[in-house]
Amino acid sequence: MFCEKATELIRELHRASDGQLPSYNEDGIRQVLEEMKALYEQNQSDVNEAKSGHSELIPTIKFRHCSLLRNRRCVLAYLYDRLLRIRALRWEYGSVLPNAVRFQMSADEVLWFNQYKKSLATYMRSLGGGDGLDLTQDIKPPKSLYIEVRCLKDYGEFEIDDGTTILLKKNSQHFLPRWKCEQLIRQGILEHVLS
Amino acid sequence: QGTKLELPLWLAKGLYNNKQKILSVELPTVYKESWRTVFSADANVVDLHKLGPYYYAFGSQMLNFDSPENAELAQTILQTFISRFRRIMDSSQNAFNEDTSALVARLDETERGLFQAGQKGLNDFQSWEMGQASQITASSLVQNYRKRKHSELDA
Repeated sequence: MFCEKATELIRELHRASDGQLPSYNEDGIRQVLEEMKALYEQNQSDVNEAKSGHSELIPTIKFRHCSLLRNRRCVLAYLYDRLLRIRALRWEYGSVLPNAVRFQMSADEVLWFNQYKKSLATYMRSLGGGDGLDLTQDIKPPKSLYIEVRCLKDYGEFEIDDGTTILLKKNSQHFLPRWKCEQLIRQGILEHVLS
Repeated sequence: QGTKLELPLWLAKGLYNNKQKILSVELPTVYKESWRTVFSADANVVDLHKLGPYYYAFGSQMLNFDSPENAELAQTILQTFISRFRRIMDSSQNAFNEDTSALVARLDETERGLFQAGQKGLNDFQSWEMGQASQITASSLVQNYRKRKHSELDA
């Protein structure tokens, strides 16, 4: 039966439905494309025969055409859904992705991610009367400029606005400017402690 | 001619054409008269997930083939949804900090989406009441990722 490989691609994404990025199934995509190529070639030769009077071939041609369209739809859905997930990564992790995530992407997806990053940065720079505005900051409205944070893992040295560096060590607690550490909290390195 | 086959929906949809009769479509059992009476009796007791996890979506796709039963089919799907909706909303708004798997097990995928939206609303409201809404939390993606990494290390 045709289109099984394509359905398998979709299933793969469906299984990881919480926004995780499974590794790019290059092999699967290639197999689907091969199937599509074979279908197209068979159809071409049958169309030529049908033109010369074999009208009983028309349902077969239609059948293959449907399979072609289905394959195309599945592949596009696969690629597009991955793009959406990759775009979400930019907002969740910030502009630098952890290696483990980056290895799941294909070369084209990495390229797309870099371009998305660039256009987002250009847009954010143009906001706020030329000063720029980081849209990924303050997703929740801030109540104070400084917040209490606890370190969840060893991170190393960290420089804050006034030039002092502090050492972020596991289980140490700090009182830091909110905008400096929001990103680190999102990444799970710091934990926001409510007083 | 005259053979009966099971075809995927997309294929049937592509091959179905009013002018050239390549195939005619028979409704799946769940959408037939006998099941429709079951739904009209009490839709709440039916295990929609078992009957087809996409009961509503698939049912509305069946309307693409103009069969004489279309009007009734559409009506049944709509009525089923209406009569089940109240219970879904009710349970999603009141099951706080509970195991919801028994509630969700019999829901169709569309209904599960609704249920989860309700649960999210309830949870967000509860955390706002406790004054935790302003806490910055690690993104769920990161959290899930870490969980997965841990389980891989264990294995």
